[in-house]
Formats: sequence, structure tokens, C-alpha cells
Amino acid sequence: MKALLEAESVGHSYPGGQLGCEDVSFRLYPGEVLGVVGESGSGKSTLLGCLSGMLEPSNGIVRFDVGGQGLRDVFSLSEPERRLLMRTDWGIVRQNPRDGLRMNVSAGGNVGERLMAVGARNYGNIRNEALDWLTRVEIPSSRVDDLPRTFSGGMQQRVQIARILVSKPRLIFMDEPTGGLDVSVQARLLDLLRGLVRDLGVAAVVVTHDLAVVRLLSDRLMVMRQGRVVETGLTDQVLDDPQHPYSQLLVSSVLQA
Amino acid sequence: MNSQAFHSVDGTYNFAYLDEQTKRMIRRTLLKAIAVPGYQVPFGGREMPMAYGWGTGGIQITASIIGKDDTLKVIDQGADDTTNAVSIRRFFQRVSGVKTTEETQKATLIQTRHRIPEKQLTENQILVYQVPQPEPLWKLEPREVETRKLHAYSEYGLMHVKLYEDISRHGEIITTYDYPVEVNARHIMSPSPIPKFDNPKMAMMPALQLFGAGREKRIYAIPPYTRVRSLDFDDHPFEIQRFEDPCALCGAEGVFLDEVILDDKGDHMFVCSDSDHCRERRAAGHAGHRASDAASIGFVSSEGEA
Repeated sequence: MKALLEAESVGHSYPGGQLGCEDVSFRLYPGEVLGVVGESGSGKSTLLGCLSGMLEPSNGIVRFDVGGQGLRDVFSLSEPERRLLMRTDWGIVRQNPRDGLRMNVSAGGNVGERLMAVGARNYGNIRNEALDWLTRVEIPSSRVDDLPRTFSGGMQQRVQIARILVSKPRLIFMDEPTGGLDVSVQARLLDLLRGLVRDLGVAAVVVTHDLAVVRLLSDRLMVMRQGRVVETGLTDQVLDDPQHPYSQLLVSSVLQA
Repeated sequence: MNSQAFHSVDGTYNFAYLDEQTKRMIRRTLLKAIAVPGYQVPFGGREMPMAYGWGTGGIQITASIIGKDDTLKVIDQGADDTTNAVSIRRFFQRVSGVKTTEETQKATLIQTRHRIPEKQLTENQILVYQVPQPEPLWKLEPREVETRKLHAYSEYGLMHVKLYEDISRHGEIITTYDYPVEVNARHIMSPSPIPKFDNPKMAMMPALQLFGAGREKRIYAIPPYTRVRSLDFDDHPFEIQRFEDPCALCGAEGVFLDEVILDDKGDHMFVCSDSDHCRERRAAGHAGHRASDAASIGFVSSEGEA
């Protein structure tokens, strides 16, 4: 099977020498969900930035299977090519929906934007597709013309997901997708995400500090600490039988309700 | 106003107010703008003796290209007799002494705010637009670093998001002025706040069209005979405004009309926005259904001057 995304010794230092992440290598295959966990400041978000083409890593190479024609270095693509990739094959679900949505554009317009960005010019088709995707993320069709700011946090997050999935991406990046949501809303969102990821066969990299999220969503897990990967393995294996002292600490720190 | 104002040329200023270096800089900018139709070229905009928003961009272009043999016409919302038009015309009379006119076909240079004359322009004319906001994408993407990339890479999906929003909220595209156009099948451009009624006139126009935004310090252009297409959806095609009644003064149809309130009892009429076109038709004997009342309330004087 051909890898979809490959990271080879990816590292990034911020100006001033501050370490973001260091020497991260992995391969992600189509339809696979990789979880990245670690405490605040462990380099998860830096890694996500490097992987998703937003932040050029200072070391190492990120490769993506562009257009199914084999792995290509993401940062050797021209900027327009990379931007095209980011709005078609990729999607980024942000922790704060305000960063991932246009708050002054209706839910339908938000979902339709990616279609229009790749040349859809039939209003009726765009609208039907937007309605279809909003229904799939459990937003009532009567809210299609409402602005995202009139939505609850959980609904905003679901609109963000619909906005990305409409372009049928092959890979989505999620940065704390359930951050700031209450537990029942979190549970429904996770359920929805799990269903969509399974149904569509889309691969995902999920960055979170919430072990329950990766337990539900991810197939494989990477534990990060101080910018380095300290343990990798199947999700259940890492969570049930952590080997590295830090992983053990992380797992044992979860509060039992 | 056809009388020439030689007596008042102010010798204190350089011809047409701007110094020659500045004119040269603006002409270089214009050449680049013409070479890349619809692309916004930054230029070193100067302080002009009027406030931003009153046509400082258009005036700088006019000042840079006007010559002693030119005949200048200035219109504001189609009319030659509105404050902005009168003061800009007087400004150029004073600092350049060129001939001015209100007759579209006699002008070699027309500076306009928010209209294109009804009469077809010719290859011997230049139309200079005053532009308040040159960036068509600014309401959706406020970061200029980003909008420049969107133009550079032709990532224009966002512009359709705006039109999508119009249709989803109002059932049709309700943008009626400053309606975005695609120039030469490449750049998306703000046509300045002209009514969308005028958009089709921009396409394949024989006259050179120049756009100046003073506050934003941008110049762009449409060369003669260039393709200009108003954006739309396949199932919601672009349409211009239509008026039910002809002009109340000259009876013209198929022209852009302004509503004029006649009294405080709600009486009103629709008249040509292009005052020169209207006057010329009345002089040729055309009369609209309110032509007689309009004269009786002093709206139109016997000489045809508004």
C-alpha cells in the first residue's frame, strides 16, 4: 500500500532557537487516523503546522501523495500548487471555529466556498451540495442561511467539518477538534467524526491533549514530549500498556469520572 | 460652460498642478496598468488640494495625461453640474487652462464619478474613473497580503461567495453597483461604484479606461477593445437594471434613470442620470411626460440648463 503522507526527520525551531519539534518521522496510509498526544508545549501544534503546509520545517521533509502520482515534497511545490492542495485534497479543522469559518458568511456560503474555489458556477448545485453536507453533520437545513455566529460552539465546529469535507479531501488535520465543548456535545461530535472518517475513508491526523478523543478516533498514536516523539504504537496498546515513563504518567493522570 | 477660461489660468502652479516628475511616475504606472489589464498597480499618490474621497485618484490621472489641446468633461453621477464635477472642472481650468465641455462627443478626456456616459465613446477619448475602493475582495478578505495572492494565483472563488450570499438571502444578486468584473479573462476588478447598468459598456469599449484610487494609491486600466465580463452563476445570469418608464424630461428609454423628488408631498419623477444626454435629446425636440411641469417648477430652465 502506498503511503499518503510521510514525515522524515521533521523538526522545527523558532527564531531565537526555541525548539518546536524535532526528528519526527512517520508514514500515514490512506484511511488511517493518527493521533498525536502530549501536554501543552510538547510541540504538537508545531508538528501539525509543518505537516499541513502552513509552517515550513527547519529540518526534514514532508511528502504527500499529490494527485495520486506518488510522494512529493510539500515545500518544493510552488505556492499556488500548495494552496490548491490545501483547499482540495486537505482540510484543517481548527480548534476555534472562528479561525476556520468566515463568520460573516452564511453556513451555506461557508460550505460552498471550496466548491466555488475550484470552479463551481451553478448556484443550484452548490446550494444542494451545501445542504446535503450540512444535513450530514446534523445541522437542520432551515439554518443554511444563518450566520455561524448565531450557532452554538458545537454547531460551528460541525459547519467547519462540513466546509472541509465538501471538497472530498483525502487527508484532514484536526487541532483539538473538541476543545472548549462540553462533554455531551464532544461525544456527539466524536461520534459524527468517527462515522464520517470511516464512511469516507479519509485519513486524518488528530492533535489533542485529550486521551479519550484519540481512544475513539485514532488507529495509531504518537506521544510527544518536549518536541520529541517518546512512544508510538497502536492506540489501544499505548493507552492500555504504556511503556515510556511519560506515557505512563499521561495515562495515569486522566481523571476517572 | 463651453466658454473658455483663459483669463483665470493660475501661473503659480505647474501646468495641470502636478510637477513633471510626479506626472512621469504616474504615466509609468499607467503604462504598466494598461499592459496588465485589471491589475492594480501601486503608485506614489500625492496629496491633492482636496479631501480623499472626492476624486483625488482620478484627478491625479487626469493631471498626468491632460495636454493643452485636450477638451475636458467632468461628470459626477452622470451630471456635469453637481458639486464634485463643477469643482474639479474649475480646478483644471485654473491650473491648466484647457477647454472644457459638457458635451460627451466634444470631450477628449472625461473624468467620471460613478457613471459611464450614455453615448458610445470613441477611440479618441479617454475615460478616467474615480475609485474609492479598488479591491473587489476587501469585504471578504481584509488582509491585503492575502488579496494580492488571490489575484496573483487567480483564486477567485471568494468573489462568488459574495454573489452566493446575495442569492441565498434575497433570491437574486442584489449587488447593483460596484459589480465585480473579470477583465481580459484574467483579473477580477472593481469597476468603481458605477451602476451595474453600465457594466456591459465597459466591454470592448473603443476608449481607453483608466481607474485611479487616491486614498488606496492604486491605478488600474482597461485598454480599448478588451473583454470585460460581469461575474455570475450559470443559473443566475448577470442582468442590468430595467426601468418601467422612460425619462420624464426627454422620454429616453434604455438609459439609466435617477429618481428626483419634486415636492414634500411625495411627487417624484425619473430622469436621465446623464444630464448631457438628456439636454441633447430635449434640444432635439424630444419631450417626456413631465417635461412641461419640470419647466414650471424651475427644474429645467428654458435654455435647457438644469
